[in-house]
Amino acid sequence: MSALLDIEDLEVMFGGRSAAVRGASLQVEKGETHCLVGESGCGKSVTALSIMNLLARGGRRSAKRMSFAGTDLLSLSDREMARLRGNRISMIFQEPMTSLNPAFTIGSQMAEVLTRHKGGSRTAALERAVELMGRVGITAPEMRLGQFPHQLSGGLRQRVMIAMALMCDPELLVADEPTTALDVTVQAQILRLLATLKRELGLAILLITHDLGIVARVADRVSVMYAGEVVERAPTAELFRSPQHPYTRGLLSCVPVPGRVQRDRPLGSIPGVVPAIGPGFAGCAFRSRCSHADASCEREIPRRQAGSAHDYLCRLAPEFSEPQPA
Amino acid sequence: MLLLIARRLGLGLLVALTVMTLAFMLTRLSGDLAISIAGPSATQADVEIIRKAYGLDRPLYVQFFSWVGRAMVGDFGQSYFFKDSVSNLIARRLPITLTLGLVGLSLALIISIPLGILAAVRENTWLDRGVTMFTMVGQAIPSFWLALILMIVLGLNLGILPISGTGTWQHFVMPGIVLAFTAIPALTRLTRSGMIEAMASDYIRTARAKGLSRARIIFKHALRNAAIPVVSIAAVQLGFMLGGSIVIETVFALHGVGYLGWESIAKNDFPVVQAVVLVLAAIYIGLTLLSDILNALLDPRLRTG
Repeated sequence: MSALLDIEDLEVMFGGRSAAVRGASLQVEKGETHCLVGESGCGKSVTALSIMNLLARGGRRSAKRMSFAGTDLLSLSDREMARLRGNRISMIFQEPMTSLNPAFTIGSQMAEVLTRHKGGSRTAALERAVELMGRVGITAPEMRLGQFPHQLSGGLRQRVMIAMALMCDPELLVADEPTTALDVTVQAQILRLLATLKRELGLAILLITHDLGIVARVADRVSVMYAGEVVERAPTAELFRSPQHPYTRGLLSCVPVPGRVQRDRPLGSIPGVVPAIGPGFAGCAFRSRCSHADASCEREIPRRQAGSAHDYLCRLAPEFSEPQPA
Repeated sequence: MLLLIARRLGLGLLVALTVMTLAFMLTRLSGDLAISIAGPSATQADVEIIRKAYGLDRPLYVQFFSWVGRAMVGDFGQSYFFKDSVSNLIARRLPITLTLGLVGLSLALIISIPLGILAAVRENTWLDRGVTMFTMVGQAIPSFWLALILMIVLGLNLGILPISGTGTWQHFVMPGIVLAFTAIPALTRLTRSGMIEAMASDYIRTARAKGLSRARIIFKHALRNAAIPVVSIAAVQLGFMLGGSIVIETVFALHGVGYLGWESIAKNDFPVVQAVVLVLAAIYIGLTLLSDILNALLDPRLRTG
């Protein structure tokens, strides 16, 4: 079975000089929650935006393959892509406070998605909006139709964004750090909501996050991104059980996991910062921060299999013991 | 919304009172009015007679309150030179100035808003740079110079438009263009920067993620937000246009309120001067109120204020 979203060797350049994404590969299956994790600046958001073809001006994407439900996204015209956005692929963002237009009511912003893609009357669209707001747990949805974004809290606005994203029954929801700007309690509610929607609507979710706690809670599969590359891909349980890439191991050692962290041992950290990757860079981008690095890390790195659905980008052979901090 | 309007109206009344006081004081500060009315050849006795006849012998506060009291009901007294009531003079001149102002503002908006949008969506292209250059040159051109050039080219060389007077609508075309030119640079740059800011905002990213058409994103989602500062400035600009059209009214011999005010100042016809100042202030206040209301309609966040 081919994946719903299939990206092979994605490259994104800004201004022709720096590459934000360097050959990332990513597959999202129908109906799964797929987490894309990595630290700030590793190219997660740029990857998400390039799927939607919403890169900021000056950003150019190219890939060996980039298909959605069998449609080649790279060959679509702007007009055809706009027909897909908000309709079959929706996206929500990190900034619920500023992502809604301050000048229009919630009702009008939600309704226009449906009338744009599916036609029909405004009244019908508003009914659908009420139904979906109820579904995402917004109280008094009829009242919200006439309200403006500034009258709602951040959590409510993010729920409105989610409800708006669902207006046309999309197959894929791209969620770019949807809970980062929210309180911890609201965060948990939104994550639970996403999990419920995925189960009930058969929605595939590509969830972008830097928070491994979120990954552990909601993801079916995980892709770990580092410096513009996907360095490891695995089902969630397998990734947490036997991470292979030294970067993934480092990441995992930075967060407390019940049962694995000893009381008197400090949490790990990864030394150094993400290096600037210039053109013509070859080999492993993590080598300057990796304790296992040697001269062979400067050459092309093979993708190794560590299981049927588990692969990683490192010269080291797979190892199935309990992970050690990098 | 009603509260907002009531509050702004109250504020407007206060401003009007202040302007009345200032207008009254400034005309009194400009010298002994009785002497200047009487003229250079008058005797002391003539001056005294005039002083009595015009009520200038009364204490200042009595003069002030009697003027304010009558001004409230639209009676601004008699002009000293035009042998007519001030209200009649203004009623006759105001339509000319208003027509000129509205023609100027409409032209300015019709030109500057599309130009600003175009420059914004083509940011950093030659087109954008061309528009910026145009606004800079436009800002630097004095209106009397542009007026004269237009008169020479359109009026004398091509002969397609009349060069002075107020007989037909054609008479308002050239003055309208010149007046519009005083507002176009500012309005264009404001539209451009507002649109650039709006187009880079998160809610426009959302609108694009929703798959809306480019036209809807630009003209509905971005323009609505970019229009807010433009509306404020346009209202103020119209005020400037009405008050500051003296130069243009003079060049094109349009006998509007601005021209009337200028004439009256030269002749020390202070009832007219006071009334002109007050009328222009009232227009200004009205425009500010209008822009506040329009802004509240455009931006729901202002409605509760």
